[in-house]
Amino acid sequence: MSQTANKAEGTIALKSVSAGKRKNNIGKRENANPAAKWFLAPYLLLFITFIIVPMVIAIGLSFTNFNTIEFPDFAGFMNYINLITQDEIFMQYVLPNTVVYVLIVGVGGYILSFFLAWILAQLSKVPRTILALIFYSPSMTSGVAMTVLWKIIFTGDQTGYLNSILMKLGFITEPIVWLVDTRYLLPIVIIVALWSSMGVGFLAMMAGILNADEELYEAGAIDGIKNRFQEMIYITVPTMKPQMLFGAVMAVVNTFSNGAIGVALTGTNPTPGYSAQLIVNHIEDYGFIRYEMGYAAAVSVVLLLIVWLFSTMAKKLFSEKD
Amino acid sequence: MAGYKGSSINPKKFEKSQIKLIVAVSPLAVLMLLPIIFIFCHAFKPMDELFAFPPRFFVTRPTLDNFRGLLKASQTSGIPMSRYVFNSMVVTLSDVILSIVLSTSAGFALSKLKFKGKEALMEINNMALMFVPVAVMIPRYLVINALGMTNNYLAHILPLLAMPVSLFLVKQFIDQIPDALIDAAYMDGATDLVVYRKIILPMVKPAIATSAILAFQQVWANVESSNLYMNEDGLRTLAFYMNTLANANNTVAGQGIAAAATLIMFVPNLVMFIFCQKSIMNTMAHSGIK
Repeated sequence: MSQTANKAEGTIALKSVSAGKRKNNIGKRENANPAAKWFLAPYLLLFITFIIVPMVIAIGLSFTNFNTIEFPDFAGFMNYINLITQDEIFMQYVLPNTVVYVLIVGVGGYILSFFLAWILAQLSKVPRTILALIFYSPSMTSGVAMTVLWKIIFTGDQTGYLNSILMKLGFITEPIVWLVDTRYLLPIVIIVALWSSMGVGFLAMMAGILNADEELYEAGAIDGIKNRFQEMIYITVPTMKPQMLFGAVMAVVNTFSNGAIGVALTGTNPTPGYSAQLIVNHIEDYGFIRYEMGYAAAVSVVLLLIVWLFSTMAKKLFSEKD
Repeated sequence: MAGYKGSSINPKKFEKSQIKLIVAVSPLAVLMLLPIIFIFCHAFKPMDELFAFPPRFFVTRPTLDNFRGLLKASQTSGIPMSRYVFNSMVVTLSDVILSIVLSTSAGFALSKLKFKGKEALMEINNMALMFVPVAVMIPRYLVINALGMTNNYLAHILPLLAMPVSLFLVKQFIDQIPDALIDAAYMDGATDLVVYRKIILPMVKPAIATSAILAFQQVWANVESSNLYMNEDGLRTLAFYMNTLANANNTVAGQGIAAAATLIMFVPNLVMFIFCQKSIMNTMAHSGIK
């Protein structure tokens, strides 16, 4: 859109001389408003310093060996080759765990938040606001900040709340050591992450559904839409694609940002038996525990690539540009 | 088909057909709500209820013992809790205010001022929406070190200020303001700064409320900056202190204190959201990525 606008500028500029009064003050500032840079500068400065530069450094360091004390020395693709061929923990635990986690919390959580938004949009204002508050409130503080709560619920002996309830109901006879048992750790991490996943994206999608043009629905009814499900597929989703995309991007970000839960719950990195080790924990493990910053940077770059991949997929699905 | 009675989106009033929808989502709502009710109950439990076996979910005789315990715990730790509260207030307030200023001014420029590379900048910011801070915690740490900001309040505040999500939401909102209105102001001789202060800021209040909440959520519970960039306890924030309390006390008595700490961290978020929910929904209506 910008390019066409720029091309058109030249011809419009000629015409506007004759048009005279039509040209407005915003228009006069067409090419360069000297004030614009002052409005932008503070944001841009911090954006570059704390988002762009760290990303560039991460990419740069990923090609080096760096132990934080000596100057980093160039290692070519060694870190990436090691990651793929040598890092058994990454291949055996971290990657499969991350895939399962992302599929359930990211994709599953996203679909769930859409359905919830869709259902809530069909309620009148008061029950809708109350339910939205209930679904949204767990995401207000990150899952990590709520660690205490989960530690109490998942206490490993019979005084633990979950153990106590399950034993009373007769599901189990022995208390389960939830946060140590390698079988349960990943599912617990997934549940906690899902619990706090109805965030900004959920609210955005709900607003998107609520703001749809009512006439579209009336037209749809005339054109033979038979039930609410068809209405959702043929009218709701197409009209709110931009919000769907925003929600998807937020879901991806939220999913990966919540990756530290496993370590917070168990209090150890790596998590017992690497059972809930996610890519985020792997970065921390190599970066801040083993001080192999170059290697950790390579894993970071892989993480950024994964996030980018998911967001690109979401864009393909919901883009309106096509 | 007889069953379909047209759109049911955004109904004006409550109808019977909505009851089955509420019934359908309520099990999930209860599941989501339980942990939050639990933390409220747990924080107010007296000692004997904390120790009760089998453990009880609800509190029967609420007390403030745990909150008193919280204060006492800080008296023995050498640094008074007021210090952490002060740090958190300074950091949170400056972060929220400054990030609003940054997002609205940059959003104004990106939405209404003409300059080269505008679309490209917006595109980059949209890419950055998917930025995951944890992925660059190491290089960020190196940047902070290189800038000599360790043990400085700035290390708490500056890294969190530029929020791509805030800028995006504010910019989308400013897009809704008609150009004619701004033109009229320029005709009357208003400068860019006056337009920004007198027209843009008052008209994007909902977006400001939303970005304030997003900034608050991010900075209030942030422990990373205290962990990585601060070596002196006196410079760390309430979130950090609450977090250490929560992790250190895994005894049953400590659990009550930890629950009280968690509640203190959680409630401000809740209150802010309840007050601003209308503004937030208003902002979210313009949140689509085109």
